[in-house]
Amino acid sequence: MGTRNYRRKTSHSESGPGDGGRTGSWRVTRPVLNRSLCIPCKRNAEACFICWLFCPDVVIARTIPPAIDLEYCKGCGICAEECPTKAITMVDESEFADENDKG
Amino acid sequence: MHIIENGNVAAALGVRLCGVNVIAAYPITPQTPVTEKLSEWVEAGEMKAEYIPVESEHSALSVCIAATSAGARSFTATSSNGLLYMHEQVQWASGARLPIVMCVVNRAVGAPWNVWNDQQDSISQRDTGWMQMYASDHQQIIDTVIKAYYLAEKTSIPIMVCYDGYILSHTYMPFEVPDADKVKAFLPPFKPDYALDPNDPANLNTVTLPDVRMDVRGELAHGYMEIRYLLQEELRGALAVAAETEKRFDEIFGRGGDPYIEPYLCDDAEYVAVGLGSVTYQLRVAVDALRAEGIKVGVMGIKFYRPFPDEAIAKALKGRKGVIVYEKALSYGYEGALASDLKSALYDSLAGTGSMPYVQNFVLGIGGRDIKTHDLTETLRAATKGRVAKEPVWIGLKL
Ligand code: SF4
Ligand code: SF4
Repeated sequence: MGTRNYRRKTSHSESGPGDGGRTGSWRVTRPVLNRSLCIPCKRNAEACFICWLFCPDVVIARTIPPAIDLEYCKGCGICAEECPTKAITMVDESEFADENDKG
Repeated sequence: MHIIENGNVAAALGVRLCGVNVIAAYPITPQTPVTEKLSEWVEAGEMKAEYIPVESEHSALSVCIAATSAGARSFTATSSNGLLYMHEQVQWASGARLPIVMCVVNRAVGAPWNVWNDQQDSISQRDTGWMQMYASDHQQIIDTVIKAYYLAEKTSIPIMVCYDGYILSHTYMPFEVPDADKVKAFLPPFKPDYALDPNDPANLNTVTLPDVRMDVRGELAHGYMEIRYLLQEELRGALAVAAETEKRFDEIFGRGGDPYIEPYLCDDAEYVAVGLGSVTYQLRVAVDALRAEGIKVGVMGIKFYRPFPDEAIAKALKGRKGVIVYEKALSYGYEGALASDLKSALYDSLAGTGSMPYVQNFVLGIGGRDIKTHDLTETLRAATKGRVAKEPVWIGLKL
């Protein structure tokens, strides 16, 4: 299957996860959420979601707790940088080596 | 209506007739009067368009790129170093498949600084994925601008309408201004392939990976190579659209001919002089003189340079003894780009058939060096006796 019948002649991207490709494979560090610091988790209310707003890959869902789609999260760390409560930390992928092997 | 005006006004009138919505340009000699005229009309309310004065040619084309992306018909014009300064955006416009029309008022490029005519500026943009048409008189300038919008919008490929600085841009000639209603009938309103829509936001021309990818809807989207292949494929296909455009123009305005070439006394010619733009009309005088002596020569002006109408040109030159290419530009370090392109077309079509003409390349008029008709006659006469030299021969050089 090729792309000849694709709707556009050029590069065209609409907002949504994965429009830049499977960028999850680029990740060197992984965002890990500390629920005890995250505002929506603490308040059990749809609040803050600054991480959702800033994530360039649109892979954070506005859920409680905010969910990150690791298939596409490229590990840029913007969410961790922007989170006002430092609820997200970037952890080296090697820490998850066992999990990755199983997966 | 017939009027007597200069070539830049002919171009501006064409732009006005096409109902262009956005004009952005930076003045550069000898292009300046085109955009001055347009800004005058916009200011006076005689033309309903946005005129956006910008600080550079790079910005001028950037504005046209943005305007066309938003669904507007846009126009810019430039010359020489202005076009070179635009080069990045020139590539961008074709890659983004935006049907922008730009007049290139041909002028020599620096260094050294020079404001006079040659065609090094547009020839240097040969490989950018734009179409290039060359006009030889004022009627062709105004008609070509109108045809260019039709052709560009049909193919989603930008186009340069090139005409010689001063020789055409600043001289006065009578020409017919096409009837506005007929232009409306010829050129339908611009319906872009895609236009930016605030209610349906999207990113255009973002980083595109080497390989194909799934888009957000799960459809397989092009990688960079697919997008570039489509540009090449549709540029080649634009030759057929050019033929359709010419036919349509002829039907509505009663003027037209071969879409790609403009032959003069070529039917029985054994030798054909080839060139781009106004020099081909000057060559007619040389041809008339040589014909009077019984030498069977003709002239072929190339109206369409990119996409290169290789098959039509090879067909037209098949069986001639010699093809003599006059160029006001050079692919430095080799020969005239047109000579190379012609040879390639001839080789592809005629190799091994025994009807391959020899090709002589002459370089002339660089930086506005005066082109004397006497020189054209003498060099043409010499070249009909056989190939003068392998290397391009510079006419009028005083080394
Ligand atoms: S920015 Fe931080 S606190 Fe706000 S929702 Fe995201 S993780 Fe929670
Ligand atoms: S690191 Fe955070 S901001 Fe960056 S892509 Fe992953 S989830 Fe989005």
